[in-house]
Amino acid sequence: MVESLVVGRGLSKNFGEFTAVDNINFQIQAGEVFGFLGPNGAGKSSTMRMIGATSPATSGYLRVLGMDPMTQGVKIRARLGVVPQEDNLDRELSVYENLLTYGRYFNISRADIDLRTSELLEFVQLSERRDSRVDPLSGGMKRRLIIARGLINQPELLILDEPTTGLDPQARHVVWDRLYQLKQEGVTLIITTHYMDEAEQLCDRLVVMDKGRIVAEGSPKALIERYSTRDVLEMRFEDRDQERAMPIIVKVAVRTENLPDKVMIYTDNADEAVARLSRRGVHPISTLIRRSTLEDVFLRLTGRQLIE
Amino acid sequence: MTTPRPLLVVEAEYRFYRRTWRGTVLTTWLRPILFLVAMGMGLGTLIDRNTNEILGDIGYLAFIAPGLMAASAMQTAITESSWPVRTGIKWRKNYWAQISTPLTPGDLLTGLMIWIFIRLLFVSTAFAVVIWIFGAAPFGKALAAVPAATLTGMAFASPMAALAAWIKEDSTMVALFRFSIIPLFLFSGAFFPIDQLPNFLQPIAMISPAWHGVELCRRIIIDIPLTLPVWTEVGYLAAALAAGWWAAGRQLTRRLLV
Repeated sequence: MVESLVVGRGLSKNFGEFTAVDNINFQIQAGEVFGFLGPNGAGKSSTMRMIGATSPATSGYLRVLGMDPMTQGVKIRARLGVVPQEDNLDRELSVYENLLTYGRYFNISRADIDLRTSELLEFVQLSERRDSRVDPLSGGMKRRLIIARGLINQPELLILDEPTTGLDPQARHVVWDRLYQLKQEGVTLIITTHYMDEAEQLCDRLVVMDKGRIVAEGSPKALIERYSTRDVLEMRFEDRDQERAMPIIVKVAVRTENLPDKVMIYTDNADEAVARLSRRGVHPISTLIRRSTLEDVFLRLTGRQLIE
Repeated sequence: MTTPRPLLVVEAEYRFYRRTWRGTVLTTWLRPILFLVAMGMGLGTLIDRNTNEILGDIGYLAFIAPGLMAASAMQTAITESSWPVRTGIKWRKNYWAQISTPLTPGDLLTGLMIWIFIRLLFVSTAFAVVIWIFGAAPFGKALAAVPAATLTGMAFASPMAALAAWIKEDSTMVALFRFSIIPLFLFSGAFFPIDQLPNFLQPIAMISPAWHGVELCRRIIIDIPLTLPVWTEVGYLAAALAAGWWAAGRQLTRRLLV
């Protein structure tokens, strides 16, 4: 069997008394897009930094590209691409100079960097901005530049920590499109995100993290099948009708959630459920029928409470 | 061809420096000129008018020029080691980008020290040229003090890098600058022999590497005998550099590999 690109077993990370990552297990195969999904503070970024060989694990087993990050960090990082959550481009320098400076840290010759730079800028659609300073670039452009920078050493594994957080919808789609193309080229991607649509679009497999633990694992489709129903009904009622309808709703649903402004009804056949409720005199002011998404899985697993 | 990793950091520093060199040229040349004009010629005229037993037949300009050369290297080193480390971690964040490549915190530190060493060689050589132009010393003697001044600067560069990595708040940094750099400069022995200080202050002035550097430069340029043996002086500066390097390595690792 081919050894997994990244293996974590019983991996933990403590900051003093606080446990950021609590005894997690995962395996990432070559060529797949693997997601770490979770609310803020779930331990995603800490896990990323351990895989990126810039943060020593407190305990557990971790292998990246078959090597131990604690002792072979230099060799690992030479073959990784990292797209950090926080923009740490050099604002004073030009787009090209940023790529040149970063590429040189990998000991890539200037001539090779020049060649690679034109390809990469083409790839992230920044060719025209080659010589402009980084500071005035838009958030989306900066993010694309960081992605290009992370690819300068032709990494086997690209680690992206919340690659589209803070971007507008157009910019997000451009980034997704580029990442999808990288996947087609066989680059293994590890992505953290709290955007469900992002995970659903990009990830072959993902783990859901909450409070430092992995609470679920699988493909987006398998996770939806396992933790949610095929369909979801969102019904809104006049003031007191909601409480009166609840006992009836519970009988036709696999699972329900009674929220202040609406009822979420999880069912495998929405049309049938609507018909049955209507026959029993349940008349909401509005009904929304939709397919289950990862968001339903996520909220079920990590709860609706705001985590701060 | 593979370049050693710390030199890749030096290369990056140089690339960044090319964007900001104009400002440093001004301080490199203007600082020695201003100091020698104001202190050496201005204040010096007043001092030299009264012959005194402390300086003997050495003019005040000749007396302070070597001291200022050492003290100036100290100032350059402190500036070049404190803010770059600070911003590297906190504002420019280039240290975070660098450690996600094959570079290690140790490489960043070694690279920074090599870069500061090069800068100090330049700044001290410029100072030597100004000393010579002012007629405070022969060119050869002024130039011979460049290694001593550079070593003085290095004795401050590494401890300062350690402090800059260790201190959490910017306001602490500003306070440190305000309340320690100026006394270090004033009581380094550059402006007057430290035996003129009140007795309780003398040992404090001797702890600072600045005084040892000033003594060395003065010995080389105007042949004033050293208070301590030459290897004690050199050893003291080297020890400060080594201790600071060790501490800075620890602090940078602690801050960056979290």
